[in-house]
Amino acid sequence: MTDLTKLTIADARDGLKNKDYTSLELTDAFLGNIEKANDKLNAYVAVTADKARNMAKASDEKLGNGTGGALEGIPLGVKDLFATEGVHTQACSHILDGFKPTYESTVTANLWADGAVMLGKLNMDEFAMGSSNETSYYGNVINPWRKAGSNQELVPGGSSGGSASAVAAHLCMGATATDTGGSIRQPAAFTGTVGIKPTYGRCSRWGTVAFASSLDQAGPIAQTVRDSAILLKSMASVDPKDTTSVDLPVPDYEAAIGQSVKGLKIGIPAEYRMDGMPEEINTLWQKGIDWLKDAGAEIVDIAMPHTKYALPAYYIVAPAEASSNLARYDGVRYGLRVPGKDIVDMYENTRAEGFGDEVKRRILIGTYVLSAGYYDAYYLKAQKVRTLIKRDFDLAWENGVDAILTPATPSAAFGVADQDLHSDPVKMYLNDIFTVTVNMAGLPGIAVPAGLDNSGLPLGLQLIGKPFDEATLFQIGQVIEDAAGRFEPDNWWG
Amino acid sequence: MSVDTETVKRVARLARIKVSEDEATRMTGELNAILGFVEQLDEVNIDGVEPLTSVVEQTMKKREDGVTDGSKAAKIVQNAPASEDNFFMVPKVVE
Repeated sequence: MTDLTKLTIADARDGLKNKDYTSLELTDAFLGNIEKANDKLNAYVAVTADKARNMAKASDEKLGNGTGGALEGIPLGVKDLFATEGVHTQACSHILDGFKPTYESTVTANLWADGAVMLGKLNMDEFAMGSSNETSYYGNVINPWRKAGSNQELVPGGSSGGSASAVAAHLCMGATATDTGGSIRQPAAFTGTVGIKPTYGRCSRWGTVAFASSLDQAGPIAQTVRDSAILLKSMASVDPKDTTSVDLPVPDYEAAIGQSVKGLKIGIPAEYRMDGMPEEINTLWQKGIDWLKDAGAEIVDIAMPHTKYALPAYYIVAPAEASSNLARYDGVRYGLRVPGKDIVDMYENTRAEGFGDEVKRRILIGTYVLSAGYYDAYYLKAQKVRTLIKRDFDLAWENGVDAILTPATPSAAFGVADQDLHSDPVKMYLNDIFTVTVNMAGLPGIAVPAGLDNSGLPLGLQLIGKPFDEATLFQIGQVIEDAAGRFEPDNWWG
Repeated sequence: MSVDTETVKRVARLARIKVSEDEATRMTGELNAILGFVEQLDEVNIDGVEPLTSVVEQTMKKREDGVTDGSKAAKIVQNAPASEDNFFMVPKVVE
């Protein structure tokens, strides 16, 4: 019998409909994989086996009487940032100890309404702050990929490291993730999976633990471009509970897949060629350009002069918003409480013990840049630079560019506890150098695996699209996937 | 601009995070690394540029000013570390 956990969502959708197997069989196969692998990969922080089996049985009934939804019976993992009713939801922070929401996030509610099955909650960097999944209160996530001939543990990227690792190791068919500066696309690139951050406003933020509200967006991580299109279609919606959710119908993204890219204009920004970037990344980028050219797309050079300022502006805007959003964790309404001699002492003790170092750093930076006398010098200036970053993109679209092709990350996955990266917080931040521009401008961006480096680790390319033009990203992404093929790590985890 | 340890302690106080002397010293270095990095923005000419307040051009959605939700006090306090009669319990704040 075929290994059910190696199927894509598109395959399983057909197999379930044809009754080749049941959702319960599929779900049990994934639960078995999780049990074998999770102590090595640490991708899940909570496994909801009973709930998964009950959801699968309900799906089998619906599949049996022909009333199944678009994702009926498909087992998925959920990043711990999404509120799931009655189930562990802690943003992988100590400060949310024991938190079980009494409500469901809009994104996950949409998935369940379409018939998906929840396997459990996935590990992540604490409050989505990190690029290596090493800031989680629940420990590091390990990348299923290793360098050829090496046993060194590698990071899966972050913050959606659990989502990426679980998809790459077949511990779920697809996963929800979120992206504030690159948290979907960077881990996807590090694990040979596909990840899309849709346009700001496409997925509702209601019920998703907030990090930086003007940047946060939910999106899927999946094995293939088609699977990510299927998942995004279900996750996205117009939601009256989120005023930034945009009133536009969700298109059928899958319909774009397989359509020719002939005549599409692809912009190549020279500013994404960074000093000190490994030659392999440049080579991969050139390969991507050639593939799209061969498929009939028109390649044009474009200028994005403010690219290098996106990351420094981000490290003002995101911490500022985070310091405000995370003010709610006070030991009063939910989660951890550490006693003190009075109420202020209780707040200070709770937040000192409940937040990890990276979260504290960002809250302090955010508090500082918003404090009296510094607002104009930092926050206001960063928001003006943000206008210029967005204008770079607007000019490209005005000149007829349909999408922009860049590398997804400046390197392949690196080692756990890398001393150089941990010596200076800014070095870790540079991981997001190619992805953060997209959040600052609110645009959609997809990371697609495009090759392996010399040591056998996956590398990804990023496509950036016009607002609400995710369909074109899937269309072009499929061309890259077809040309590059798909990449599987050797199974060492069981 | 850079911060000294006293400023870090003041900011930590504003953020209601208790920091030890050692932590404040370590964080001073880390925060200065970040502030040094963002200083690059001084190179950018922002004369006459409006700050970005929304990435998507959309008029803020409005709704009827009506009560659409409520009567779930027990659910609201359900996750509280301490509650009584549907009130959150905190250390005494008035003498």
